[in-house]
Amino acid sequence: MYNKGTIIPGLVIFIVFVTFPLWYNGLNAGTVPKPDLPIGQKECVAPAAEMRDNHMKLLNEWRDAVLREDDRVMVKVGGKEYRKGLQMACMQCHNDKEKFCDSCHTYAAVQPTCWDCHLTPKEAASKKETH
Amino acid sequence: MDNTRRKFLKIAGAAALAGIGAPALVKLNSTAAFASSEPAAGHGSAAGGHGEVVAATGVRLGMVVDMRKFAETPEMLDAAIAACYKVHNIPHFPDRKNEIKWIWKAPYANVFPEQEVLHKSEMAKSKPFAVLCNHCDNPSCVKACPTKATFVQPENGIVAMDFHRCIGCRFCMAACPYGARSFNWQDPRPFITSYNPDFPTRMRGVVEKCNFCGERLALGLEPACVEACQGSGAMVFGDLNDPDSEIRKVLDKEFTIQRNPAAGTRPSVYYIV
Ligand code: SF4
Ligand code: SF4
Ligand code: SF4
Repeated sequence: MYNKGTIIPGLVIFIVFVTFPLWYNGLNAGTVPKPDLPIGQKECVAPAAEMRDNHMKLLNEWRDAVLREDDRVMVKVGGKEYRKGLQMACMQCHNDKEKFCDSCHTYAAVQPTCWDCHLTPKEAASKKETH
Repeated sequence: MDNTRRKFLKIAGAAALAGIGAPALVKLNSTAAFASSEPAAGHGSAAGGHGEVVAATGVRLGMVVDMRKFAETPEMLDAAIAACYKVHNIPHFPDRKNEIKWIWKAPYANVFPEQEVLHKSEMAKSKPFAVLCNHCDNPSCVKACPTKATFVQPENGIVAMDFHRCIGCRFCMAACPYGARSFNWQDPRPFITSYNPDFPTRMRGVVEKCNFCGERLALGLEPACVEACQGSGAMVFGDLNDPDSEIRKVLDKEFTIQRNPAAGTRPSVYYIV
């Protein structure tokens, strides 16, 4: 191999550099987030494991069903009916976006755009209708 | 050599001419489809106009705006506008050039410019007209939209929007002959007075317009503006394809006009003036 002297140290530096975040955090992924679960509501539209993996897909399906397929059939959870929708279903139980959604999204460094338009329960309450 | 090239050019030329000529021929042969009125004419294959096939049956929602009633009680129009603003989280921008309009007031001269006459009725001269998206049968906004963020709901004919998909290109605004669409030049949230927690807001860079209250219809409610008129008949909403519907009874009885029929969009909103 030509230039062994440069290539090998170069590779080592590269690998160290790329894996730097791991070393820097002491090979520790940090404390696993614990989203605040709703009190008094045990059921969700799907089992927790499935919701954890696929809630974003479900939201997209709901969006298309409601807006495009004229399918606004309600979903039933724990004997109560909800209209399909982030504000109208999910946030009725998970009523604290900061302590529920954000806890994992911040940890996983994902920035969903939902809240650009959808109102968090806190935001909605900030400008309540005045009669 | 020369001969074949000549042939090639001839064939290519003929093909190009046929290509240019074809749509023109189709257009000339199809019946003019300006009056959206009758379901048979409005939806029939002959009146499709641009080769679209729209079912002759099915629900086709529309509205009649009875300006006589609004002229009598102008506060009712304010109430209708306020109701729409409230349920749809519509911002009030102080600067008119940023204005977001779902339902708004406009003078007769702007609503029916092609019917502008010298000696107008008192109403046409002085009363503000209620204007909203016409939920056209042949909507030019839908044709212009590159993302399908604006589309016709086949179930009821509503020209709906999926804000999630809107990229803010504003082609639809250029295409709509009625100015029924508005663009959010800035974040609308600071300019919304009170939130309806059941409806989203919009974000900067998104177009919006009247949605015929699709979300309320799903709950069995009337559109908010119609509800605000409290059964006065100033706004009548219903299925244009159902001969027994209230709206059809009104249309059968009264002479109505529509905005810019020459645009060929076939509006679903009718006016009694
Ligand atoms: S009024 Fe304008 S925005 Fe509404 S459906 Fe017709 S073309 Fe589209
Ligand atoms: S602004 Fe939005 S709705 Fe209008 S044409 Fe562009 S993507 Fe479609
Ligand atoms: S039908 Fe609904 S969205 Fe359209 S103007 Fe009336 S209240 Fe507003």
